[in-house]
Amino acid sequence: MTKEKYLEDLKDIKDIMNRSSRFISLSGLSGVFAGTFALAGAYLAYQTVYYQQAYVDYRRAIIDSESVLQLIGIATGVIILSFLFGIYFTTKKAKKKNQKLWDRSTKLLLSNFAIPLITGGVLCLMLLIKGYIGFVAPFTLIFYGLALVNASKYTLSQIKSLGIMEIILGLVATHYIGYGLIFWAIGFGVLHIIYGLLIQKQDG
Amino acid sequence: MKEILKDLNKAFENKTRLGIMSALVVNDRMDFNSLKNLLGVTDGNLASHLKSLEKSEYIRMKKEFLDRKPNTSYVATTSGIEAFKKHIQAIENLLK
Repeated sequence: MTKEKYLEDLKDIKDIMNRSSRFISLSGLSGVFAGTFALAGAYLAYQTVYYQQAYVDYRRAIIDSESVLQLIGIATGVIILSFLFGIYFTTKKAKKKNQKLWDRSTKLLLSNFAIPLITGGVLCLMLLIKGYIGFVAPFTLIFYGLALVNASKYTLSQIKSLGIMEIILGLVATHYIGYGLIFWAIGFGVLHIIYGLLIQKQDG
Repeated sequence: MKEILKDLNKAFENKTRLGIMSALVVNDRMDFNSLKNLLGVTDGNLASHLKSLEKSEYIRMKKEFLDRKPNTSYVATTSGIEAFKKHIQAIENLLK
């Protein structure tokens, strides 16, 4: 009898610790959608860069100022769509879990996520302006991964391993400059879908 | 068995007090309303348990101004964190 009471106490303690310090309403579905948009974006980018070239010949990426603008447009579209769907699914999950969407843990999560991400974003813009386009894909992956690892203390624990995978992928991509689009599609597309499904399965 | 029971802390037997301590151990500070929402208790209930934990010097009140409005938040003391850890340890030993 007392044992049961203390078991329940331990469960309460863990539950309160999680609810009070972590944002646990993050929805797995938002990951799946973000990944799908990223794959669609990668396909469009592929069409832009390898435009009008024979399929079997040796092909090279053609990146001029016009296609760079197009690529930035595609990337912005992917980010905005992923963000909107992310907010939608996460709000829904927060309601279901009876958790507040905007509290201290959300603020901590976002600020810890934003600092490495904005640093990486500004750095990549600089690289883009200076013409080092090849470094943009690996560096966005690395900084996105760092942002995830940094924010993971304030949300679901799976986010940390996702971040580490993105960092490793980014480092590998730094070696294989020129295959950036493929690494991007894996990092932002495939990994998001896999982790999204994983979170959805474990967490509902 | 008696040894283990001795380590269980009477101050944390109550669900609300246990909840307050759990929240303050993982958060550097929490204000009254966040605690109230988190634990789903009434103002009076929460206030009385906060007071009793304060009396045992397990938590401490911190008054500050946020946007010129007074804001009362609570912080776990070092001895409070120690006592809480010991209590959890005792529970775990009991369940072994």
